Amino acid sequence: MNPDVVIGTGEAVVFWVLGPIALAGALGMVLSRNAVHSALWLVNTMLALGVFYVVQEAPFLGAVQIIVYTGAIMILFLFVLMLVGRDSSDSVVETLRGQRVAAIVLGLGFAGLVGAGVARATQDLPVTGLAGVQGGETSNIEAIAEVLFTRYLLAFEVTSALLITAAVGAMVLAHIERDAGTRPTQKELSRARFLTDRPQTLPGPGVYARGNSVAAPALLPDGRLAEDSFATGIEPQEIEQMPRPTGRAELGSPDAALGTLDPAPSDTPGGRDR
Amino acid sequence: MSLTHYLVLAAILFTIGAVGVLVRRNAIVVFMCVELMLNSVNLTLVTFARASGTVDGQVMAFFVMVVAAAEVVVGLAIIMSLFRTRRSASVDDANLLKY
Amino acid sequence: METVPADGLIAASWLLIALPLAGAAVLLLGGRRTDRWGHLLGTGTVVAAFLVGLLCTLQLDGRRVDVDLFTFVSTGSLDVQAGLLFDPLSAVFVLLITGVGALIHVYSIGYMAHDPRRRRFFAYLNLFVAAMLLLVLGDNFVALYVGWEGVGLASYLLIAFWHERPSAATAAKKAFIMNRVGDVGLALAIFLMFAQLGTVSYDGVFGAVGTLAAGTVTAIGLLLLLGACGKSGQFPLQAWLPDAMEGPTPVSALIHAATMVTAGVYLIARSAPIYDETPTARAAVLAVGAITLLIGAIAGCAQDDIKKVLAYSTVSQIGYMFLAVGLGPVGYVAGLAHLLTHGFFKAGLFLGAGSVMHAMDDAVDMRRFGGLASKMKVTFVTFGLGYLALIGFPFLSGFYTKDAIIEAAFDRGDGWGYLLGGVAILAAGLTAFYMTRLMLMTFSGRPRWEPGVHPHESPTVMTAPMVLLAVGSVLAGFLLVVAFPLESWLTPVFGEPEEAEHVVAPLVVSVLVTVVMALGVLTAWLFVGRREVPVTAPVRVSPVTRAARRALYADAVNESVFMRPGQWLTRALVFVDNRGVDGAVNGLAATLGGSSSRLGRTQTGFVRSYALSMLGGAVVVAGALLAVTAG
Repeated sequence: MNPDVVIGTGEAVVFWVLGPIALAGALGMVLSRNAVHSALWLVNTMLALGVFYVVQEAPFLGAVQIIVYTGAIMILFLFVLMLVGRDSSDSVVETLRGQRVAAIVLGLGFAGLVGAGVARATQDLPVTGLAGVQGGETSNIEAIAEVLFTRYLLAFEVTSALLITAAVGAMVLAHIERDAGTRPTQKELSRARFLTDRPQTLPGPGVYARGNSVAAPALLPDGRLAEDSFATGIEPQEIEQMPRPTGRAELGSPDAALGTLDPAPSDTPGGRDR
Repeated sequence: MSLTHYLVLAAILFTIGAVGVLVRRNAIVVFMCVELMLNSVNLTLVTFARASGTVDGQVMAFFVMVVAAAEVVVGLAIIMSLFRTRRSASVDDANLLKY
Repeated sequence: METVPADGLIAASWLLIALPLAGAAVLLLGGRRTDRWGHLLGTGTVVAAFLVGLLCTLQLDGRRVDVDLFTFVSTGSLDVQAGLLFDPLSAVFVLLITGVGALIHVYSIGYMAHDPRRRRFFAYLNLFVAAMLLLVLGDNFVALYVGWEGVGLASYLLIAFWHERPSAATAAKKAFIMNRVGDVGLALAIFLMFAQLGTVSYDGVFGAVGTLAAGTVTAIGLLLLLGACGKSGQFPLQAWLPDAMEGPTPVSALIHAATMVTAGVYLIARSAPIYDETPTARAAVLAVGAITLLIGAIAGCAQDDIKKVLAYSTVSQIGYMFLAVGLGPVGYVAGLAHLLTHGFFKAGLFLGAGSVMHAMDDAVDMRRFGGLASKMKVTFVTFGLGYLALIGFPFLSGFYTKDAIIEAAFDRGDGWGYLLGGVAILAAGLTAFYMTRLMLMTFSGRPRWEPGVHPHESPTVMTAPMVLLAVGSVLAGFLLVVAFPLESWLTPVFGEPEEAEHVVAPLVVSVLVTVVMALGVLTAWLFVGRREVPVTAPVRVSPVTRAARRALYADAVNESVFMRPGQWLTRALVFVDNRGVDGAVNGLAATLGGSSSRLGRTQTGFVRSYALSMLGGAVVVAGALLAVTAG
């Protein structure tokens, strides 16, 4: 064993390049308002960490990091994001009084204490390096396998049980069971709908709207948004509108009415007010 | 340049993750922050494995990844069912268990 | 004198108590089904008890008979055997209670005929008779105490029999509370006996009383006296007895004249061996008797309520008895003889008063009576005989027994003896005055009846007991003093009577008493008989009259000395309890509750708040670790 492995310049370069990138990814994840952006920032950090693993003589872990984390887990995150959609929890307004300030103060304190403590404790930490257990004939994977299937065999087996349990649990949680016949028929749905205040269908996109996405609310004839057409969980988007006539007074003839190309001013009656 | 740099970087990442858990309300983002914290721990494990000259730390990191995967699966399923009932993915909306 | 085990009919003397008790149980538990024949059953049990008592007495033959029943209390070193002691003393009480009691039960059949709750009345009366018999028959102080409380309960129930009248309910409460004061004394006396002697049986206590310290014996004697004062309406606990007249008149006759109120005399006479050891307590008995004697007589002179006059007369006469038993061995027999004759004539007087009330629509104000002699001949004659017996008309029963007491007082020989004798003679004069006043106001003069009142003689079922009691009033004194001397009958209890050294010749005393009595009668006639009785009491009267009307301010004293300070104390305690104790408890609870609810506010349900506190904890732990390793 070499008790004092010197860290080479190449590694230092890698560290000083990827370290800021990882930090930027972490900060971006916390700070970005859009959850999808957060996920992408996190992918950035994880890739950087994967590289660090490879550099630190753990190529197997680096590969697993990239494949499992950035590949599988982050995709899972994105799937769920897709299912859940964006909602008001993405708002950056803090609702708990003092939470943000306290979090930042405590975070700085924690980082300072742990960072200082670790730095102080590992000031003269001798770097043994893994040349003794891997490299040469024994690859990194073989070295890990040797330990994993001997000393940590029991933990390994328990892990498999954990994974099975997690898979079953996820299925149970996500599964919605309905007995046959409990699903209302079209006739029942129709009846139920006519018993409510609103027998007609929900409004579709406005006449002059240019999109029919779920996020696009319906427009009322005067150009206002119809509130009962807002999709749940999604902020109503600004709708791109076609130019429209500004009012009945100007509807001298259909031709004249269709001739105006200016959008309705927002401060006149009958105009848009949002 | 020494291993301390890795460790300090891991500490900072961990703290950022922790602060993210505290300030973000979207449950999915909170989960991402937790993942970040786990990853920073993995970095320390790998670093210490290198310092001590054994692969035990790497095995530990491996286990952490497995557990993190299981946790994410279950956690996201919970978020899904929560969302189904409350139409919201905000952790602040799941606050019925209180005084 | 040794006791002998029971034999013959005396072994069944428990029947005396069991019969009325069973009657009470049947009447109380039987409910309305027994309404039709309940009064007959109630009367029958007492008559049967009287017969049993009579037969037992005939078999007694001057012995002390112990009737063992069962173990009443057996705990640690306290072993109370429930047993009866049938001796000459209890025998005379048994005969008085059951005899007079039976007559009054018969009378009540008529008196209560129209009361819807007559059955319950008889049940309570039976309960009283049973408790009173237990009181006089018990062979230990605990049995006496049980009977003592039993008669207190029956007295309470019967005073409040017409509890829909607020005055009756209040009077019952007053009687009960003032009796409690005395009962505490009796209970403490029993505790003291047990603590000092380890026994509460008469034989055990009286046998060992000589070994006690003088102070202890005096304390026991004074505590027993307190109990006796409470039950017998003696100074300073006399105020309840006149108010107890709110009960039905047969109750007044039986309980508050003839039997229960004499229980105090019985207690002191029974405890004679204790009082023989303690001159101090005996002097206290004398003082109580003399003071009560005067208070009762003075208060009786100014009352307009016929029953209250008789009640104060009772207070005064029991004062005579206390005076007698306080004189020691020479007085016991005199006091008990007076107790027996008083039982006859005072019961007769009360029944007569009840008969008058019956005729006058339950009116009690003597100022609205008058001229009843011709309307109610039987009542007048029987009442008159009782009256003569009470004031000590020569050769009627009061004459013999009261003279004996006065003689015994003089026989003390010292200055105190003369004082006591003088007080007793003075009270005899007062007695003659107020009783003559009562007679004149009730039976003679012009009728002053309320409009619409039509007096009539009472039915035979009521007059027959009155006649019998009148006969007893006339003859009892002669029989008990001359013909069959009570003295020799009671010799087994109080020992051989010593021939008294007469300081003043008995003849002189008799003449003196008779002269004073005649003066009293004359005074009454001068003040009341010659003049028209005003229908309403005069307002402008002398301070003495005013004081007498208010019973020498006994109620006022009680009120200012006990009631008002008691109320203040209660208010203060309530204040302390509300503000202090409750305040401390509630304050503590409020503090804990408030702080816990404030702590509970930290459980906001927001997982991010919890996570924040976790991070805070982590910071603290990291800081501590760093501080430790750096230090």
